[in-house]
Amino acid sequence: MNPNPPDETAEELLKGIWRENPVFVQVLGMCPTLAVTNSAINALVMGLATLSVLVASSFLVSLLRSFIPKQVRISTYIVIIATFVTVADFVLQATVPAVHKELGAFISLIVVNCLILGRQEAFASKNPVKLAIADAIGMGIGFTFALLCLGSLREILGSGSLFGFDLFGPGYEPWVVMILPPGGFIMLGLILLFFNQVAAWRARHQARRQQEAA
Amino acid sequence: MSLPQPAVPPASPEPSSARLVATLTVAGLLSGVAIVGAWQLTLPAITAHKAEALRQAVFEVVPGATTMQPLHWTGSALEAGEGPDGGDDRIVYGAYDDSGSLLGYAIPAEGPGFQDTISLIFGFEPDDDMIIGMRVLESRETPGLGDKIVKDADFVANFDHLATRPGLAVVSKGAKTQPYEIEAITGATISSKAVTRIISNAVATWGERLPDRQAAPALVAPAPSEEPP
Repeated sequence: MNPNPPDETAEELLKGIWRENPVFVQVLGMCPTLAVTNSAINALVMGLATLSVLVASSFLVSLLRSFIPKQVRISTYIVIIATFVTVADFVLQATVPAVHKELGAFISLIVVNCLILGRQEAFASKNPVKLAIADAIGMGIGFTFALLCLGSLREILGSGSLFGFDLFGPGYEPWVVMILPPGGFIMLGLILLFFNQVAAWRARHQARRQQEAA
Repeated sequence: MSLPQPAVPPASPEPSSARLVATLTVAGLLSGVAIVGAWQLTLPAITAHKAEALRQAVFEVVPGATTMQPLHWTGSALEAGEGPDGGDDRIVYGAYDDSGSLLGYAIPAEGPGFQDTISLIFGFEPDDDMIIGMRVLESRETPGLGDKIVKDADFVANFDHLATRPGLAVVSKGAKTQPYEIEAITGATISSKAVTRIISNAVATWGERLPDRQAAPALVAPAPSEEPP
């Protein structure tokens, strides 16, 4: 299919980070994206937890893809995902208890993040282990990057700090709405606007080039 | 009106029900083993974190304390130890100084706030029935308004030296004239009152039960190897 297999792996890795970014382009996994991005550290930990669950699940699903009968594949994927999420929950509780307390139920809710089940169904169950892991890492980094963007911007505007470090001093009146739920929607909307603008600009640019070439 | 199926066998034969059940059983079994394993590995760290967080909280609300122990109410007396049924309502923490004499009690309490249950711990000095410190442990009050019960140093300082007799009262900011009055946070009156109510209820429950400093239960078996501050 592809003449250059090594490029294929890199391609699967890179596509999730920008071109098919799970949040900004595919608009998947909105629940944690909006709920826990009220500070940069929450967003980062959430992103990394999702990344590890995604990589571990994709690895196992891809490894077992010929053993799992298709009639029970979704149930099996969910069992696999739920296992890794529970393990991640314990690990976070043992290593970063303060952040774990902030994230609360949203750690457990990684199980129902459609990004993870979506990658198992659409990619890991149909591709060899190497590609599945590359895809999972790419998508996971893309997701973490997106959450971190939202979390940083919302924390800077809403609390006047970044990763807990005060940026503007006591004179700054925090824009509280940004760390409340409406702020999540507003910020996500602005970022999606930016991404769509870039895509539209790129499409116009390409069309013009083709015209000039013709 | 289904047409008779063509006699061509499908490319891959339908797996039997037994195969499906077996797959899910194995998946469930392995998942259970993995979860129990992870739980066993992380439990010591999780327990240690919780104990450490509690210790920090107790030492913060009873200034000067260096050792603590749980005390439980048996129904007629206060005794050392967590007691048979660790019901939250029956446990306080005794905070002691280096020489092993009691400085005060740290009383955990919780109650409804503006959005969700607020849980907090406060220091109580039994000789004068004074509150000597307060820290909110868990709350989901509105960021920027209600969460000032945690972040506003002026509000928290209300509880550094607060009389509980004749009873706590909330007044607006800057209007404090009596030692039992608490200055509310502007814009977060409900949360301020909630904290006050939670503490009042706990004082009502515990005030009579807690013996004075001299009569307090003695420190049992000093905690092994206290970490240096």
